[in-house]
Amino acid sequence: MTAECPARARVIHERLPMTATPAISLARVSRHFGATRAMDEVDLEIAEGEFFAMLGPSGSGKTTCLRVIAGFERPNAGKVMIFGEDATNVPPYRRAVNTVFQDYALFPHMSVGENVAYSMMLKKVAKAERRKRAEEALALMRLPNFFDRKPAELSGGQRQRVALARAIVNRPKALLLDEPLGALDLKLRENMQEELKTLQRSLGLTFVFVTHDQSEALSMADRVAVFNDGKVVQVGPPQEIYRRPVNAFVADFVGSSNVLPPSFVQATAGEARWASLRPEQIRLSAPTGANGALVGKVTAESYLGATTRYAVTLPDVSLHAIMPAGAFATPSDGRVAVAFDKSALHFIEGPAG
Amino acid sequence: MSVAEAIAPPPRSLTGRLSDGLWRAPKLAVLLLLAPALLWLAIVYLGSLATLLRQSFFSLEEFSGLIVEDYTLATYAELFQPANFDIIVRTVAMAACVSVASAIVGFPIAYVAARYCRGAWKAAFYLAVMLPLWSSYLVKVYAWKLMLAREGILTWAFAKVGLTPVLDWALALPGIGGPSLSTSYIGTFLVFLYIWLPYMILPTQAALERVPGGLIAASADLGATPWATFRHVILPLAMPGVVAGSIFTFSLTLGDYIIPQIVGSGRYFIGQAVYVQQGTAGNIPLAAAFTVVPILIMGVYLAIARRLGAFDAL
Repeated sequence: MTAECPARARVIHERLPMTATPAISLARVSRHFGATRAMDEVDLEIAEGEFFAMLGPSGSGKTTCLRVIAGFERPNAGKVMIFGEDATNVPPYRRAVNTVFQDYALFPHMSVGENVAYSMMLKKVAKAERRKRAEEALALMRLPNFFDRKPAELSGGQRQRVALARAIVNRPKALLLDEPLGALDLKLRENMQEELKTLQRSLGLTFVFVTHDQSEALSMADRVAVFNDGKVVQVGPPQEIYRRPVNAFVADFVGSSNVLPPSFVQATAGEARWASLRPEQIRLSAPTGANGALVGKVTAESYLGATTRYAVTLPDVSLHAIMPAGAFATPSDGRVAVAFDKSALHFIEGPAG
Repeated sequence: MSVAEAIAPPPRSLTGRLSDGLWRAPKLAVLLLLAPALLWLAIVYLGSLATLLRQSFFSLEEFSGLIVEDYTLATYAELFQPANFDIIVRTVAMAACVSVASAIVGFPIAYVAARYCRGAWKAAFYLAVMLPLWSSYLVKVYAWKLMLAREGILTWAFAKVGLTPVLDWALALPGIGGPSLSTSYIGTFLVFLYIWLPYMILPTQAALERVPGGLIAASADLGATPWATFRHVILPLAMPGVVAGSIFTFSLTLGDYIIPQIVGSGRYFIGQAVYVQQGTAGNIPLAAAFTVVPILIMGVYLAIARRLGAFDAL
């Protein structure tokens, strides 16, 4: 397991099992708001049946990308294909994709059932049939007997499920989810993560999931696209993104990472290149005075329950290390020996600028 | 270094002690703040209203022209005489037409302002809607009288574009037509519409402003064409605003006595009837009874509006 060069990361998504036509593909899509390039020549291919996460900090263009796929934004340049058909200039109401909005966007003047049946009402499905299918979708979301309630009477988690029921009741070709768990509390969030994953598998739907939460993206998605400054920086399965980030941004944004400068890497691994090192790959121990050992000083530690996180200052870098709880006790003078396998170093592109 | 006291000493000044006292009796503070307004409301408004109501139950001695201060419903019965009842029907019909028309004319304006105007454009919108409210009502009405006159700019404009037959046709309509726009109900209606339109646009715009953009996106996402989104999402959610606006347009039209006097056929509206009965005719009881009519109508109207959620939109 030697460190990979960044170019390899791009190979990954070509060897993924893909059907002949991707569910959604973007070709050099740009969306500008005045001088702001919300999306800058984005290329993406999302396979049918895939759980695809778009991950990035706020303002990175991930939500704009979702809105372009849904049709709420028209790209300034580029081409959007949905199941092989050019959708670039197709209004949202003619696209076979449905969206779960961050704030749920339930119609407040309609009952829960009318919300879920809205798309069928537009298609003039008979009233009895509408009600039957809406009830089924609500039951699937574990909301039986909610048909006649008003959205205002529901809790955040229940509204979330209504929004999901409304989006899947027509079995869309793809489901777009815009930070759907952002407004839920932690416990509910964890439950919903599992439920969404199960739902996606059982329906066999293509899910495109926007999130700024890296753990959510890693735990749920088949593949992750990392966005920064309107560009897709890296696309790949979660393990790939985590183990072989292409640059300092991905290394730092996905999980936390120590980004090491070439001088330090030269001294420890013999190559003058930037590298990333995950905190859990670092071992701390009491200094033994052995020759060549790295010795630093613990400047802060935070107890996280199962693990403890240490901030360690070495002569030319500062590192974060994570150790299992109880595996290490900081000596009173704070001096520690720092060790890691050279193979844990992953070479990356240096930080921009 | 001295340690700060946990509690500051009680104030010695009068205002300081007053502050302490009012802090302990918040209800008293509220009462003090409301007292002037409550006195005004109780004495000047409710008091006169009660007097008015009382007067409406008096009657006029036909031969002597003196007011008989015995309670009777005779004056109210007079309201149902054809001549008086026509006045009521005419006024209510006009108020209804003006309200419906201002909703139709005002909605697109409010919609554009709420959905598309930002920053300076929004300021320009408010200015354009409110500016007419800052100029004298009488000036505006007389200006309209000139525009609507047979020699006025409207007649001229219709002739220029070759639509004089359309104008003549409208003026020949039985009931609402007349010799010219300024002497017909059509003219009265147009002036009412212009004068009260801002009162419809502003609440409608406020209601539209509160329709989240996300709901419109969600509707489109679920397959609704823009027209379907308008019908099923935007209109129902903006309706309380429209009803709130119609409270203004309806009640203002019901009570107005100047516009129909300056522009129109010369036949009375409720406001004019009140004016004439209490002034020229000296029939205070009938004037009072006429005044009760719009109060009752508005009572019913407000009850319906409340049902439709109009008060949440104000």
